[in-house]
Amino acid sequence: MASRALYSPRHPMLKKRDSFEDILEERRHSSDLRYALRCYTPTLYKGLVPCKASMLKSIVLQSDHLQYVIKQVSSESGDSTECVAEEASLILDEMAHRLQLSTVRFFVFTLSKAFKRLFRSVCVNEEGIQRLQQAVQEHPVVLLPSHRSYMDFLMMSYLLYMYDLPLPVIAAGMDFMSMKFVGEMLRMSGAFFIRRSFGGDKLYWAVFSEYVKTMLRNGYAPIEFFLEGTRSRTCKSLTPKTGLLNIVMEPFFKGELFDVNLVPVSISYERILEESLYARELLGIPKPKESTSGLLKARRVLSEDYGSMYVYFGHPVSVRSLTEGKITRSQYNLLPRCIPQKPSADTHEFLNDTAFRLVRIQEGNMVLKPWVLIATLLLQNPDGMDLSSLAEQTDWLRHLALAFGAFLDWPDHAACSEVISCSLALHRHLLSVSAGHVQLSVTDAPQVETTPEEAVFHQAVVVLSCASYRNQILHVFLRPALLAVAMQSANSNRKDDVYNCFNFLRNMFSSEFILCPGDSVQDFEEACYLLMKRGVLQVLEHEIVMSASGHSTLAFLSSVLDPFLQGYQVVSRYLCEETNENLTEKEFIPAVRNFALKLILAGRLKCYEALSSDLQKNALAAFLRLKAVMKVKVGDQVTLKVNKIAVNSLEDTLGKSDVISHQNSWWSSMAMFEIAI
Amino acid sequence: MASNSSSSTAQQRLRIIAGHLQKRPEDENASVAAQECKAEAPRSEPSSATPVPRRRQEIMKWNGWGYSDSRFLFTKKGQAEFTGKRYRLSGLILPSLKDWFEGTFGANLQHRSPATPSLNLSAVAPPNLNQPFVEDLKAAGLVVSHDPEDRVFRAHGHCLHEVFALREGRIGRVPDMVVWPSCHSDVEKIVELACKHNVCLIPYGGGTSVSSALECPREETRSIVSLDTSQMVSVYMHACRQYLRIRRLNEHGYCTGHEPDSMEFSSLGGWVATRASGMKKNIYGNIEDLVVHIKMVTPRGVIEKSCLGPRMSTGPDIHHFILGSEGTLGVVTEVTLKIRPLPEYQKYGSVVFPNFQQGVACLREVARQRCAPASIRLMDNEQFQFGHALKPQVSSMFTSFLDGLKKFYITKFKGFDPQHLCVATLLFEGDRGKVLQHEKQVYDIAAKFGGLAAGEDNGQRGYMLTFVIAYLRDLGMDYYVIGESFETSVPWDRVLDLCRNVKERIVRECKERGVQVTQTYDAGACVYFYFAFNYRGLNDPVHVYEQVEHAAREEILANGGSLSHHHGVGKLRKEWMKESVSGVGLGMLKSVKEYVDPQNIFGNRNLL
Repeated sequence: MASRALYSPRHPMLKKRDSFEDILEERRHSSDLRYALRCYTPTLYKGLVPCKASMLKSIVLQSDHLQYVIKQVSSESGDSTECVAEEASLILDEMAHRLQLSTVRFFVFTLSKAFKRLFRSVCVNEEGIQRLQQAVQEHPVVLLPSHRSYMDFLMMSYLLYMYDLPLPVIAAGMDFMSMKFVGEMLRMSGAFFIRRSFGGDKLYWAVFSEYVKTMLRNGYAPIEFFLEGTRSRTCKSLTPKTGLLNIVMEPFFKGELFDVNLVPVSISYERILEESLYARELLGIPKPKESTSGLLKARRVLSEDYGSMYVYFGHPVSVRSLTEGKITRSQYNLLPRCIPQKPSADTHEFLNDTAFRLVRIQEGNMVLKPWVLIATLLLQNPDGMDLSSLAEQTDWLRHLALAFGAFLDWPDHAACSEVISCSLALHRHLLSVSAGHVQLSVTDAPQVETTPEEAVFHQAVVVLSCASYRNQILHVFLRPALLAVAMQSANSNRKDDVYNCFNFLRNMFSSEFILCPGDSVQDFEEACYLLMKRGVLQVLEHEIVMSASGHSTLAFLSSVLDPFLQGYQVVSRYLCEETNENLTEKEFIPAVRNFALKLILAGRLKCYEALSSDLQKNALAAFLRLKAVMKVKVGDQVTLKVNKIAVNSLEDTLGKSDVISHQNSWWSSMAMFEIAI
Repeated sequence: MASNSSSSTAQQRLRIIAGHLQKRPEDENASVAAQECKAEAPRSEPSSATPVPRRRQEIMKWNGWGYSDSRFLFTKKGQAEFTGKRYRLSGLILPSLKDWFEGTFGANLQHRSPATPSLNLSAVAPPNLNQPFVEDLKAAGLVVSHDPEDRVFRAHGHCLHEVFALREGRIGRVPDMVVWPSCHSDVEKIVELACKHNVCLIPYGGGTSVSSALECPREETRSIVSLDTSQMVSVYMHACRQYLRIRRLNEHGYCTGHEPDSMEFSSLGGWVATRASGMKKNIYGNIEDLVVHIKMVTPRGVIEKSCLGPRMSTGPDIHHFILGSEGTLGVVTEVTLKIRPLPEYQKYGSVVFPNFQQGVACLREVARQRCAPASIRLMDNEQFQFGHALKPQVSSMFTSFLDGLKKFYITKFKGFDPQHLCVATLLFEGDRGKVLQHEKQVYDIAAKFGGLAAGEDNGQRGYMLTFVIAYLRDLGMDYYVIGESFETSVPWDRVLDLCRNVKERIVRECKERGVQVTQTYDAGACVYFYFAFNYRGLNDPVHVYEQVEHAAREEILANGGSLSHHHGVGKLRKEWMKESVSGVGLGMLKSVKEYVDPQNIFGNRNLL
């Protein structure tokens, strides 16, 4: 039914989105305590009454699948089956949630208080909730929220409680469990914990997958997990993982369920709680281990204003309709279903493809605030901008974004300047405003003497924080921007030349952005279509020609990608110039960071984003994928073997599209053009 | 299973020349109770009489199921009645059928959709005759007919779309003539002449196909000849040193044990050609277990084995090229079957389960312990309620009081939910002591799964249902309700999932009706789906139905079910053959066809 929703819409302007309701409105006017204690009667899947956690455990342990794996493991390892079964039971104890309504009520009470302090409003699309209510009754549901903050899953459970929907069980990383008390609290509010890596552990995998499948098959509760696997530190969506997606789809593949509904949920924040924390982490200041005392110290965050938060429940996507014509379920007919089967090549491709499309749905339903546009502009103008020109350009950018289908939440009846000053006020800690001039800058820097390195880092925190807002809108501009850069670096205007460049860039950045593998022709066409519609390009049969009015838009689009191009160049320059034979994988990030730091200090590099470990990791992944760098295992260390010729040539190709010189020129050229009209 | 017990010593040689089963003669043996469900001949016929007349339309409906005198109808008072004298249900009033019918389908007795009363002869295309062939046949002394009624009668089976078209008076391509051989050598002659003159032969047995197997292929340009085997019915019984009709076996104290639901009308040759299965297969086996020897006339010549040895290791069994060949290779002219003494004692039974899952678990356990009765069928809740709607009017206050008491006990005292409970119907056969012992064993197993014995009456009504359900479809069609059944076989661990998913898939498209598990195997079960809906207001109901059945079949295959347990493939399910038996498998079958029938004389285009 919703399969069509998965394919990128050709007419983004026509994309219809639901309107939002502010759920805090009511909370501000009535008792939180009474609210937390109210009668909770969720709509259930086929009216099934959920079973007790202990019951669930015994179903899992008695399941044919687990029994089979236990016997297999015991015959391989020589341990007795009782021993292995005992181990499985321990794994399950460590993993299982113990959902208790009383804990949930406690959370609801405290979160009501907290949300009211943190946020001006929490907006939810109620039509999405209604669709979910419908979906929950029809088929087992899997909730797939985006992951930007710890707030995400607390908010999800809070909302589901609020709308009388069954509380989800949430796959959470094991690191939470080490938090004393809080880990247990989370467990009692429906979280279950999985180890971060258990690649080869058959028994662990069996317990884990059977646990999830049992809950799904019995329609016990919606399963919630994060496709991206972890919180995105940069606010760009991360390349999705397919392991859990496979687990929740398998009961359908094997005919144990008629259908499964996947519900992508997009959670966006006007200001992210972990904003500067993330920036520091990206700069190599390690993430503090989750601990209760750390959480208490974080109380300070409660006193600040985080603007609004938006939760958008997407259309349920039926796995059945997704698989139509792609998966032959009869491939599962010849083995007893309790025997675990590795997904076949085409299943794997399907999972990967679906995961990417789901993440794109998440991206598309993320609400963008005006600040996102402002941040984009400020990053392109490191020397600051006058308020008047900022207002003008923001307005221009707003129309461009809307034309490309951005889900922009722009206040209805407010002047542009008013909107901008509101946004600047909310994010004042990243800015300095004086005499009508706005600039990104360090505001709360200590007055004591700082070394030049420290100064660079302080500035980098601001830039990366700001970049995390710009990143939110990247998915809107990404394809046209790739085309813009491709046009600059292509040798000719011939369509296939441009396409080759486009494809090269797409490959280069496929770890950086959400680009569905195998969709390059589609993406190219989409980019052409959008830019043509905007009057920037004319796409002829064999040629792509820039329109007279197109230069400014193209220049803007290519400068959107500029930090990434520069960053990748820095990484490749490092690989060519600085590496010796035994660079280990572990040393790579700090070494590149130092290299970039030196360049910045020497004034040869202006792009602070090159310091981001995320970018460096993605660049390395790209070089590995393009076989310019190889991983070699020496002893228990992984070293990187650099093919300098290959890296050099990649850098050259990237360098062709080097747009540093164009920076800032797009706006003036547009102004000139307007005068010309 | 068929050849183990002490009573099975009589593995008699029974030679039948393409047997057509006729009505069961009145049975004088009161101890055999099993026949009560089926039609009983109104009079005892002389054994020399042909079982079914050449002009079948004289006793059977031309556009519906079964005998002309037997049909369901709603009387002026709105009560359902079953006419005729042939069945146990005949002449009885069924008071609750109307409410069930209206409630389930939203049908209304005011809204009738009557069939065309009689065949419009002008709608039948004139025969495309191959004159030299006709003359040669006549010269050989064979009985032929070009009569439109005869031809129309042999142009269809009993698929919904076939019967629906007849009711509307739409006639498609029909055979150009009918020929009635009376013995093996007649068939040899016909096939030889067909090869010589290049005409298309379509063998016709009882006409009960539900796989579009009898439909004339549209692309066929040659003259099509229906080869009706119904006049080739005599049985040679070694034990009695005489020829008999197969039904007369009972008078001599024997039976074949093969009882498909269509057995009143279907033919032995048809059973062989479609790989049929009977409801008592747990004791007697399916047709492939019953057959000892087959003789078939093909364009290439006659195929048969050289002896009657019970089992041979002589390469792949050539019988298996014939069993299920669906008339694509030749005409089965002689079959030697195993027969067994009539069972001394028969007993029906039924068990009520709180829900379908428990019922399936119980049947699986029964199969695992290999103690399945002659027949065991599990009906789901919908079908159980359907069965109840067929309860005849109760004559005495006492019976109705007893029924009330039973219902109270099961629903109130035992706490069964009337919306979920389901019933297994049982039929035990054998000598009295063993049957009783067997019965106890099965009921003990049932008790472990929460099953309660629910009496013989419920069981018997369940089996009656299978014989009258085809008549009921005609009643539905009088009131804008069309329906059909389809079947599959599936491993035990997938039974529940398959039933649920297929039902849900059907619900997605339409309203739905019951499901039953009819046969048990050690490794799985045969599952039957009944599906009907009200088509008032629909433009092309048959097309809608076909889409639903197509979707349901895809769902069955995706859930590990087979393409067919016993209905066969015909033309209806051809598209899935490759998927079902693999490309190589299909290629093997094709190469056999190519060798045996290079001219495609047997051109009904089934199966391949």
